[in-house]
Amino acid sequence: MSGAGIVIAFWVLAITSVGSALAVVWVRDIFRAALFLVLCFASVAGLYITLNADFLAAVQILIYAGAISILLIFAIMLTRDTRSAGRSTYLRNPAFLIALLLFITLLFAVLNTDWQAVAQVGTEPSTTAIAQLLFDKTKGFVLPFEIASVLLLVAMIGAIALVKED
Amino acid sequence: MLADYGYVGLLLIVAILFPLSTIIISFLFRYIRVRPEKPDPVKASTYECGVEPIGPAWVQFNFRYYLYALLFVIFDVETVFLYPWAVALRQLKVFGFIEMVIFMLILVLGYIYGWKKKALEWK
Repeated sequence: MSGAGIVIAFWVLAITSVGSALAVVWVRDIFRAALFLVLCFASVAGLYITLNADFLAAVQILIYAGAISILLIFAIMLTRDTRSAGRSTYLRNPAFLIALLLFITLLFAVLNTDWQAVAQVGTEPSTTAIAQLLFDKTKGFVLPFEIASVLLLVAMIGAIALVKED
Repeated sequence: MLADYGYVGLLLIVAILFPLSTIIISFLFRYIRVRPEKPDPVKASTYECGVEPIGPAWVQFNFRYYLYALLFVIFDVETVFLYPWAVALRQLKVFGFIEMVIFMLILVLGYIYGWKKKALEWK
């Protein structure tokens, strides 16, 4: 892909992600807001691809656009009809305050960080390199990887034990 | 590598243009009076397998679906580990294969537990 293609892709993805994020907040229908959130996640995955982070993009699609959005939509569909219920605005001011504080914190963090460009060019594709680092016999992360499966096992058994009463 | 993702972008553009062009053609045909304009409440109603729609589109899901959603998320996280392993399997050789077998065996325990608990059965 040429340099111009990357720039066009970046701007399309950036506008889509910011626009869909704004739509999540502004759209009245909560289900449509959830779908806009999926679009936001997908366009962020596209931004990762433009940064040569193909593994991160795959994880973003799998976890955020896949699993998290499924959970969100299930949570919406499991609740009662949310349209007939009056829009609750009693938490509007605290939410605004927290959002403002978070924005100021992020702004300070961005402005006070000394951003340094790395001279070394990243490996491409990154997925193979990550796998070789993760599964290597001597300098890899074999034990943490196996313990991650125990963590997943605990989560699975916990989910079944919580939902099944008998 | 990055250029390969250009095809994904190309597919996305075609996928967006395809439905958009049919809508635009429909509007153009109405404008030049090829397509007749006869609005009807039955025509505008939601298509529901030919049966007249009853009630709103909003239906509260059965709570039992939630367990499937939770298990889906766990298997999804598992896939995150499987994906780089599968891509680099040739370089990882036997050691990487044994690692993944142990990983999967630990997770199969959870699957057996769910099976014994009849968590995946619909009743």
